[in-house]
Amino acid sequence: MTGGRKAIYHYGYRRSPDQDARQPVRHPVVVVGAGPVGLTAAIDLALRGVPVVLLDDANRIGEGSRGICYAKRTLEILDRLGVGSDLVRQGVTWKLGKVYLGDDLVYAFDLLPEDGHKMPAFINLQQYYLEKALVDRALEIERIDLRWSNRVSALEKRSDGVTLTVETPDGPYRLATDWVVAADGARSTIRDLLGLGFEGVTFEDKFLIADVRMAADFPTERRFWFDPPFHTGQSALMHRQPDNVWRIDLQLGPDADADAEQKPERVIPRLKKMLGERPFELEWVSIYRFNCRRLARFVHGRVIFAGDSAHQVSPFGARGANSGVQDAENLAWKLAAVLSGDAGEALLESYDLERIQGADENVGHSTRSTDFIAPHSPAERALRNAVLDLARHCDFARRMVNSGRLSVATVYDSPLTTPDEENFAGSARLGAPVPDAPVRTRAGRDGFLVEQLTGTFEILHIKQGARPQAPPGVKLTVIGEDLQDSAGLLAKRFDASPGATYLLRPDQYLCARWRTFDPDRIAAAHRRALGR
Amino acid sequence: MADLVTTSNFPNPDAVYVTLIDARRGLSETDAAALDARLVLILANHIGDLEVLRQAIGLARKTGKNNGAQGK
Ligand SMILES: Cc1cc2nc3c(=O)[nH]c(=O)nc-3n(C[C@H](O)[C@H](O)[C@H](O)COP(=O)(O)OP(=O)(O)OC[C@H]3O[C@@H](n4cnc5c(N)ncnc54)[C@H](O)[C@@H]3O)c2cc1C
Repeated sequence: MTGGRKAIYHYGYRRSPDQDARQPVRHPVVVVGAGPVGLTAAIDLALRGVPVVLLDDANRIGEGSRGICYAKRTLEILDRLGVGSDLVRQGVTWKLGKVYLGDDLVYAFDLLPEDGHKMPAFINLQQYYLEKALVDRALEIERIDLRWSNRVSALEKRSDGVTLTVETPDGPYRLATDWVVAADGARSTIRDLLGLGFEGVTFEDKFLIADVRMAADFPTERRFWFDPPFHTGQSALMHRQPDNVWRIDLQLGPDADADAEQKPERVIPRLKKMLGERPFELEWVSIYRFNCRRLARFVHGRVIFAGDSAHQVSPFGARGANSGVQDAENLAWKLAAVLSGDAGEALLESYDLERIQGADENVGHSTRSTDFIAPHSPAERALRNAVLDLARHCDFARRMVNSGRLSVATVYDSPLTTPDEENFAGSARLGAPVPDAPVRTRAGRDGFLVEQLTGTFEILHIKQGARPQAPPGVKLTVIGEDLQDSAGLLAKRFDASPGATYLLRPDQYLCARWRTFDPDRIAAAHRRALGR
Repeated sequence: MADLVTTSNFPNPDAVYVTLIDARRGLSETDAAALDARLVLILANHIGDLEVLRQAIGLARKTGKNNGAQGK
């Protein structure tokens, strides 16, 4: 895993007054790792009023490229944090995927076949742009103390917190904290310091991942080939990124020599077979082997894992950063509620439960996709090839062709959810983020439902008579008064009738709904969603 | 939920056997295996019942000489 490109954004180490203190200075939350997940967690916590120290062992971003595809739900989260719309403008929006067998199209999918959502199904954007946008946002927020070149090297558990040892260019210092969010990536130091196992599947196949700069008019779609003429017997994947950069993944099989395959004299001819005589420049090349695995638990007392430190997936399905950002948002409101006293520590058990459900779904999907793309044995390959042979002829086999099932939000089967007592149709689901829909504000501005949600517990109530009174700690939005269902899609997606009432968690997940507004039932559902 | 049928389903079992044999007559070992793989997929989809499929796999593994115990 070596990158070619130099880092593109540099940040300076600055000495913190904590380094001169005689006793370790104590903070409520330290987030370790300023990757997409740590940054999201820090920003979300800070916007909820929690001061955060954010440590990263590097002082730069942008060495080598990794993630490129960011899913609708992630974009909605990033939008709430203040960076989503800019990223969508900067990125390449797409929703179509095509799968080829040789030269022939055998399967196509549309990830968002309906209108009326603010955020697209997916954007492609170099991960360093995502990180840069999040760093810029974090730097605007006073409650975030972002410390570059601060590497956590030791950890000592106390009954009510943790003391960390942090290495800096000025030498080590100690830092006390009530909570640690371990977002320190797939090779997590904190996981090692706690001696936790990280078990799962390793795939033997190696993959060449290249970012190529070229002027090309290939379609803005995810294109995947099994056994293409330009790369016989293997698979290939192509994605468009901004700046005329294209991501190309070429499967090399288990026996490929990683060092040799990374050399331009080997890479360029391979790519020429795919791209023809069109001129291109190599931005970045790397050889990967993939793992699909997770920690048995994400919450270890006062240390909570999120993102790649907690679970790792292969990139087929774009479930890595997408699921990590969703960990961060799930954790942020819960940890903020625990710190403010609105909830007890028991609420954090629901983080473990819900995000392990998410991880199992993501690990499961990415494992099945990788099993399909890179079968483990000749016998498995024979069955895979049988599916591909049949896919040219029958629908059932086309639907088995698995080149990656793309990231969608997990529907939680959670104790925080109050089960339905009445019937609801529509696309809104208990335990899932609410569907978006166009709305008009009181000021007459056209916008979308999800961007109006403020990140608190919130009731959406369909107007019926006088404005009701929401219980304390819950914001009330009356549809038909505060917001108009301007396209009629909200009613459809929520299966709304006059008086219908929906309780949303701070992460915009639907946790209870009724056909009428009943303050007692709302208060009970609210308590339940706080784990009380 | 349906159960796997293991009593004979055909009035003329010999005809079924001959049909399956004919399908692979003259094929190399690899080609026959590939044919079988396609056939398994086609029939599995036709049955359309994961539970029956699981029972069928269980029976197939239990009855072979390499009964699958050493496989994974
Ligand atoms: C080829 C490839 C393609 C991918 N494509 C996609 C995609 O399309 N979509 C997607 O969603 N995901 C994708 N991913 C996955 C995605 O890159 C990761 O899931 C994501 O980076 C995880 O974010 P993170 O913040 O958890 O960890 P990281 O991004 O790894 O960040 C961890 C941070 O912690 C810091 N750190 C580590 N140890 C310490 C320490 N001891 N002290 C202080 N700081 C420390 C590191 O410097 C780093 O900044 C892809 C990955 C690869 C390899």
